[in-house]
Amino acid sequence: MLSKKVRLEAHGEDSSYFLGWKEYEKNAYDEVQNPSGIIQMGLAENQLSFHLLEAWLASNQDAARLTKNGESVFRELALFQDYHSLPDFKNVLVDFMAEIRRNKVSFDPRKLVLMAGATSANETLMFCIADPGDAFLLPTPYYPGFDRDLKWRTGVELVPIHCSSLNGFKVTKFSLEEAYQQAQKLSLNVKGVLITNPSNPLGTTMSHDELEELITFAIAKKIHIISDEIYSGTVFDHPSFISIMEALLDRKLEETELWNRVHVVYSLSKDLGVPGFRVGMIYSNNEALVSAATKMSSFGLISSQTQYLLSKLLSDKKFTRNYMKENRKRLKARREMLVTALREAGIECLKSNAGLFCWVDMRNLLSSNTFDAEVELWKKILREAGLNVSPGASCHCSEPGWFRICFANMSEETLNVSMQRMKAFVEKTTQQCRRGGGRVTHQESGCNSRRRPLSNWVLNLCSYDREPYR
Amino acid sequence: MLSSKAMLDGHGEESPYFQGWKEYEKNAYDDVQNPTGIIQMGLAENQLSLDLLRTRLENNQDATRLTNNGESVFRDLALFQDYHGLPAFKNVLEEFMAEMRGNKVSFDPRKLVLMAGATSASETLMFCIVEHGDAFLLPTPYYPGYDRDLKWRTGVELVPIHCSSSNGFKITKSALEEAYQEAQKLSFNVKGVFITNPSNPLGTTMSHVELDELITFAVAKKIHLISDEIFSGTVFENPSFISIIEAVINRKLEKTDLWSRVHIVYSLSKDFGIPGFRVGMIYSNNERVVSTATKMSSYGLISSQTQYLLFKLLSGKEFRENYLKENRKRVKERREMMVVGLGQAGISCLKGNAGLFCWVDLRNHLSSNTFTAEMELWKKILHEAGLNISPGASCHCTEPGWFRICFANMSEETLMVSMERMKAFLHKQ
Repeated sequence: MLSKKVRLEAHGEDSSYFLGWKEYEKNAYDEVQNPSGIIQMGLAENQLSFHLLEAWLASNQDAARLTKNGESVFRELALFQDYHSLPDFKNVLVDFMAEIRRNKVSFDPRKLVLMAGATSANETLMFCIADPGDAFLLPTPYYPGFDRDLKWRTGVELVPIHCSSLNGFKVTKFSLEEAYQQAQKLSLNVKGVLITNPSNPLGTTMSHDELEELITFAIAKKIHIISDEIYSGTVFDHPSFISIMEALLDRKLEETELWNRVHVVYSLSKDLGVPGFRVGMIYSNNEALVSAATKMSSFGLISSQTQYLLSKLLSDKKFTRNYMKENRKRLKARREMLVTALREAGIECLKSNAGLFCWVDMRNLLSSNTFDAEVELWKKILREAGLNVSPGASCHCSEPGWFRICFANMSEETLNVSMQRMKAFVEKTTQQCRRGGGRVTHQESGCNSRRRPLSNWVLNLCSYDREPYR
Repeated sequence: MLSSKAMLDGHGEESPYFQGWKEYEKNAYDDVQNPTGIIQMGLAENQLSLDLLRTRLENNQDATRLTNNGESVFRDLALFQDYHGLPAFKNVLEEFMAEMRGNKVSFDPRKLVLMAGATSASETLMFCIVEHGDAFLLPTPYYPGYDRDLKWRTGVELVPIHCSSSNGFKITKSALEEAYQEAQKLSFNVKGVFITNPSNPLGTTMSHVELDELITFAVAKKIHLISDEIFSGTVFENPSFISIIEAVINRKLEKTDLWSRVHIVYSLSKDFGIPGFRVGMIYSNNERVVSTATKMSSYGLISSQTQYLLFKLLSGKEFRENYLKENRKRVKERREMMVVGLGQAGISCLKGNAGLFCWVDLRNHLSSNTFTAEMELWKKILHEAGLNISPGASCHCTEPGWFRICFANMSEETLMVSMERMKAFLHKQ
């Protein structure tokens, strides 16, 4: 009676991963009302710089009041549904994007297509580039939401580019080739590679070398590159962020075919912390794609009211410069808090310079080097430590024991509480394993030493349900 | 290099509906700056009652300042991306939808799924119900945008239910059966019927008899019924509007299979004249559809800023009642102006009681009873009379000579100018 898409979605709800979100909602931490509740550390939100936005809003009444120099623009905005979007908004967005890239790249507003969120932008790019059954290659670990955003309604297949902790999860020529071969074995037509740079969940920017390999690969295979640069404004440390566009310019590839096969996705949700306002975009040098995507944006236009507010905000260059500086400073400080506290508990994080989270190495706490053990550990952290963190398996990580922990979606006090809980939990767990007789990482430790292949719940982690990882 | 969707013209934008729009953009009428420009009469916008909203806005600081009783809610809204929608907003919408239907139907906010426009809502319903190659039956004439909205990315086929001027373009049992047979001949699996009620482009509400036939048909074929009720707040005259849900309740079919195959699409774009704010929704009794559509709404959520604005503006039963009453009055008056104006030029319109347009009979002015002649006439009206109207063919009308002409997207003065131009043009012919 209904489509397969409905049936697939129902299937996704069985995943025990969903448990984490549900548990949190039933018993959400509140420092006053519910101090023993679960702390949400699985949500990549940026709550660190709202005071700056609020202050700006208070001094710029026009923007929210829908007036321009005191005159109402309500009517014009109410009627404005042009899928080319508010020109002023696009103009300030391209400036903003250029600033984030230290003006090493400039953007043309005519190549920018706005839509309601990066979720919409990513799906639209799939519709424009791939036919059902085509494939895109994605470096693992990757944002769990992609399984839904890129595949669900488009029929596109995703093939992982396996990255390993041995080299800090960097993309290599070898892993690119391997993924391509794998796709061929599955008789899938590879249309491109989709990277997230800076990476979610790693929190790292792509290196110059990685970008080079990627570009060389895309030229050789004649495929597309999509670079989701949604975290580009959160880069708070060296090495500096290199946009795919900059990497192309450095290789002097503007006049080549590849130029038309490179597309950037961006959004204000992470940098400005405004996911509720639904502001996403595609930037592409490919005219036909821009044209098709513009028409498709009808299925998810940005509210003109919101376009107006944010065009005013972003046109205040003094504000944006100050905001970006302050935002980065706060993110860096927060990250350091998390890293230091985890280190004190004997846990290391992948060295990172961006994002709203850390990629945390808890392999030592696994009872065995399996994904089963990773689920076990995740459930324990949820129930015993009262922390909802994201297990690596849900990000398609090929090695068990890595977790993504967010640090920007809560107050400093709450972060401190979470770290104390983590320390206590790690101590308890380590003691238990010692009592069990042997190091935790040893195969035959006193803790659960069963080895089972990847269990079904991991494979069903299509995230068709809530997206706590965003 | 790109997908077939990107390279073919499934977007349907080569149709005259979109072409006329483009011509207008190149040479738009302005009573001061460009008095000989093209007057846009192909856009079903409601510009008649925006002042009522604006006044309410001016008296409600909270709405735009993103405050609640003076306290900032900016942060909460900025972070609010829950695809279940702002609960307070859904409650207000649910009340409003019931009021519009004379409270003959009540709505449950848990069955309401918000998304960025009816365009998004209609497409999402297709994704929930059809597979590539399935078909939906649509009564003709229908809104040209459906060719893109329903088909482009979903792969669904649309099969027309031919309606004729001989009975005022009403749906008949035989037209339904004929469409179904046609679909079978083409080896399509029919999943449902999609109606727009009140109709675009006819400007009429569906009769009790038509709704009955439709329901009987859907029960017999075990198919879905989607009712796009986007113009439901523009019904200004009897016969009163009967929502599909009301019709199903009247037939006492709430406990049957059909109940979970009936879905409504709605939007605030036409009733309130706010298409820029992107407020659409699906209402369905089918839990699975609601659940899936809710998740799919991630591809087009309504800005929380806008949900909040409209929650504030639309709260208050008194305001809503007054708005509906005043809006209907203004729509009725405008329509009468057009009907009279056209009447003076010897042109009749289909009798209508809703919508932002008239369905106009220009058959007498065709050089021949063909669509080629209709296209000719359309181009002449565009280039010689400087009026962009919508030819029936773009709405898949089976008979040449009918045009949709909008009356609510301009000032009264501009409407008068357009009527003068029409009279002059036809006189010349």
